[in-house]
Amino acid sequence: MFLSSLLIIVVLGIILFSVLKKGMPFLTWEMISQPPRGGFYFGKEGGILNAIIGSLYLAFGATTLALCIGLPVAFYLNIYLIHKKKLVNTVRFFLDLLWGVPSIVYGAFGFMIMIYFGFKSSLLAGIIVVTIFILPIMIRALDEALKSVPIGLFESSLSLGATTSEISFSIYARQCFPCIITAILLSFGRAIGDAAAVLFTAGFTDHIPTSFTQPTATLPLAIFFQLSSPIPQVRQRAYAAAVILTFIILIISIITRIIVKKYQRSIIKF
Amino acid sequence: MNMQSKIHTKNLNLFAGKQQILKNINITIPEKKVTTIIGPSGCGKTSLLKCLNRLVDIYPEMKVQGKIYLDNINILEPQHDIHDIRRKMGLLSQRPYPLPMSICNNITFGLRISGRRKKRYLNGRLEHYLRQANLWDEVKDRLKEPAVRLSIGQQQRLCLARGLSVDPDIILADEPTSALDPVSTTAIEERFEKLKSRYTIVMVTHILRQAKRIADHVIFMYLGEVIEQGPAEQVFCNPQHEKTKLYLKGAYN
Repeated sequence: MFLSSLLIIVVLGIILFSVLKKGMPFLTWEMISQPPRGGFYFGKEGGILNAIIGSLYLAFGATTLALCIGLPVAFYLNIYLIHKKKLVNTVRFFLDLLWGVPSIVYGAFGFMIMIYFGFKSSLLAGIIVVTIFILPIMIRALDEALKSVPIGLFESSLSLGATTSEISFSIYARQCFPCIITAILLSFGRAIGDAAAVLFTAGFTDHIPTSFTQPTATLPLAIFFQLSSPIPQVRQRAYAAAVILTFIILIISIITRIIVKKYQRSIIKF
Repeated sequence: MNMQSKIHTKNLNLFAGKQQILKNINITIPEKKVTTIIGPSGCGKTSLLKCLNRLVDIYPEMKVQGKIYLDNINILEPQHDIHDIRRKMGLLSQRPYPLPMSICNNITFGLRISGRRKKRYLNGRLEHYLRQANLWDEVKDRLKEPAVRLSIGQQQRLCLARGLSVDPDIILADEPTSALDPVSTTAIEERFEKLKSRYTIVMVTHILRQAKRIADHVIFMYLGEVIEQGPAEQVFCNPQHEKTKLYLKGAYN
């Protein structure tokens, strides 16, 4: 057990170290403050602000949408359907299946539908496909959290005359607040880090998107395109972009931890 | 003896899957008295209590048959609003389940969901119910603190106050002192003595001495059946059934 833990930590350390070592020297202010200019893809001036902004738009949009859909679903499974265990377990099984589907399948599926309706790649299409992609993760994470609430709390709330929606939003949501935040973080990480789902649906552009109908660049795709370039300066920038992506996730994690700490004190422990 | 019946059941049966948990229960619970349900563990005491406020609804495998009359209304009929029925019965469970919010909000939650939101009214009620549960003096300076910070005995009294806040007629208590220390137990028992002038109290207990201390009316159950019921003096001093006699002697423990 100790060896496995050590292995994981070492691997993580090597990844972080190599990304930082290769990326840090080329991480300039220009990289994160400017969109690509004329000669960017030949290693000249410009930065990847378009991909940073695009990724943030996409991940925030998709996470918000997934939360709006996922939270009611999780409440429905755990509170309204509390007396239908079989049905709930079937739903859980299919959600787990969906969790395992690779993201390129979601991307291809989204692309197919877009062609059918004659849409072009756009921020909105990217958000929708990423939402579908992270929904199973979001719902299952929320579901596990709600499942762990003891039935005694449910009985106590019922005997106060509370309706199921009051129990959901005033009691369960509070009791599971840290877990809900963790679920959001998990989904956000998947949304911002995924390349395949946005490859066809969000497209790639050098501009910062100003509306939902425009295509948008994303960081994972920016890394992908730059790494496959033959010019060494461009490849170095790919590592710098990876550093930026890692930092975004780090910052989000830290913010989440702070929020969770602050609200954890009123949670009932059993 | 003139006592008014608050709840009575008629041929109540409860099944869990194929197993029958309660067999043909006919009981009468008198109004504004402490009724204790006693019996060895696993005899269906808690299940009976859960039938009374229809908490059995949330367990998929449980099926109820028969009739439960609360003030001559059969609460098992589907046309009655389940939330109103449950609001008439405060529940005190084996271990306290305070809501994940502040002490103050724990008490006012029940009032707020029934539509009363005026701040001054809520504050007045808050003090009133906390005093009724004998908790006010201990928590009056820390009302905004989360309820988890209280000791388990205080939490149980908080749950009592919370139960009272929705203005029930009946308090259902399911071994409310089994997780508590002797001092807190005495506090809860004393509260019940005071509260019985206004509320009908139904208490499940497996502690015979506790039943003897506070019961006015006793129901003795054994293996899902009601063996004997009646006023406390009669059941404890002059039991009619062989099984009751044996139980009182301590044969089933």
